[in-house]
Amino acid sequence: MIKVENLVKAFGPKLAVNDISFTVERGEVLGFLGPNGAGKSTTMRMITGFIPPTAGRVTIGGHDMLEDPLPAKRLIGYLPENAPGYADMTVHGFLSFAAELRGLKGGARKQAIGRAVELCFLQNVLHQTIDTLSKGYKHRTGLAQALIHDPDVLIMDEPTDGLDPNQKHEVRGLIKRMGENKAIIFSTHILEEVEAACTRVIIIDRGRIVANGTPAELKARSPEGRLEDVFRAITLPDTVKA
Amino acid sequence: MNAWSNIKAIVKRELGGYFTSPIAYVFLVIYLLLTGFFTFTVGSFFERGEASLVSFFTWHPWLYLFLVPAVGMRLWSEERRLGTMELLLTMPVTTWQAIIGKFLASWLFLALALALTFPVVITVNWLGNPDNGVIFAGYVGSILLAGSYLAVSSMTSAMTRNQVISFILSVLICLFLILAGYEPVTGLLSRVASPRVVEVVAAFSVMTHFEGFQRGVLDTRDVVFFASVMGFALFATGVVIRNQRAG
Ligand SMILES: Nc1ncnc2c1ncn2[C@@H]1O[C@H](COP(=O)(O)OP(=O)(O)O)[C@@H](O)[C@H]1O
Ligand SMILES: [Mg+2]
Repeated sequence: MIKVENLVKAFGPKLAVNDISFTVERGEVLGFLGPNGAGKSTTMRMITGFIPPTAGRVTIGGHDMLEDPLPAKRLIGYLPENAPGYADMTVHGFLSFAAELRGLKGGARKQAIGRAVELCFLQNVLHQTIDTLSKGYKHRTGLAQALIHDPDVLIMDEPTDGLDPNQKHEVRGLIKRMGENKAIIFSTHILEEVEAACTRVIIIDRGRIVANGTPAELKARSPEGRLEDVFRAITLPDTVKA
Repeated sequence: MNAWSNIKAIVKRELGGYFTSPIAYVFLVIYLLLTGFFTFTVGSFFERGEASLVSFFTWHPWLYLFLVPAVGMRLWSEERRLGTMELLLTMPVTTWQAIIGKFLASWLFLALALALTFPVVITVNWLGNPDNGVIFAGYVGSILLAGSYLAVSSMTSAMTRNQVISFILSVLICLFLILAGYEPVTGLLSRVASPRVVEVVAAFSVMTHFEGFQRGVLDTRDVVFFASVMGFALFATGVVIRNQRAG
């Protein structure tokens, strides 16, 4: 479903993403792991077509993101970093707008909103404006927006950021369930999250892939069998970065 | 069509945004107070003793200089500040659809403000026998003028996430569009440049092209001028957005 080939993004002289390639099929949940500034968000922005790559290619369900962006974008649901939303809209208005842009009309739109609201537990805040929401609700509203058209491909940039432990648990469960029939990528820097929800992990550091495997394979690389040790061994803290 | 339903969705969202906040109502009140003030006090509507809206339309290029950028400054700045631009542009909509949808919504809002000045038309018809064709042409010119300023504001608001900077930039550009054909300036210019040069510079001015509408003349060239300013500024909005996304 998602095919990423030799993706490069340069900001001035700086290579934020440096030759990244991977594929994600339906039924896979890919955890995108890496220290701050590793290039996770930049990669996701290229996959979702928000920014064009300096070099390389993204294909979604066979549609090239640069050449044929609209069919590619139709397949994707995207939760950007920090779950942005229109501050002055109500949750319901916002979801309705997203549904409309996804081409959902009348009864189908109503049904789609109802389903997303239920999945993300938004019943209590439907008529609240987004700027009055707590961080957890704001994030779940962003998630509901991404799920509104039941996409085949789901891309989420730090979906559990700012959630309390109960909410984190729920979102992980949701990702895992949805992963059964979608292709999912989500980024995080919480290691347990990866073990709880992913079928595969990619660790990136300074724009490059430094590890790619199942959570079990990666854990096996450390004598104690801990993902954290592996992560620390192969990535550098940002204080020593050039 | 798909493109049209996308544009419609964006127009609806933008317009909804205006009326859920009190700012829209505050704007409409200020707009009406200012038009009233300029028409009746500065423009000496009654003292002229003629049944026309000259004193009403004459001030529009100056009035809009501040009012239109105030509406347009948030068009794209706000999307960038909130981060919703990333959401909007990863939806299955093209950048053009988004630019046009946002522009149309604000233009409709300005048209509403202008439509609310209808009491002045009633007044002048009640007091005398004006040429309503001339008045109609004035309204057409006024809405085209507002659209031109608005397209410029769309462009400057795409340049920055700071609404104040976006406002100032767009006031400056619109001021240029006025001054290039403003009599005191063209008078000054004709002392140092040939009449041909003055004419070319003035051809870029909204004053030159708005003037005909006030006299009741609907000249295609004037319409084409305003349409070109809008087309160019909206195109530039697209270029600015594309460059930003490219990083
Ligand atoms: N628009 C941009 N302009 C310049 N540099 C950027 C831009 N976006 C990201 N970067 C840089 O690219 C690197 C990767 O950033 P990012 O993808 O946000 O990392 P992550 O999401 O993994 O924390 C960082 O060093 C960041 O400063
Ligand atoms: Mg990030």
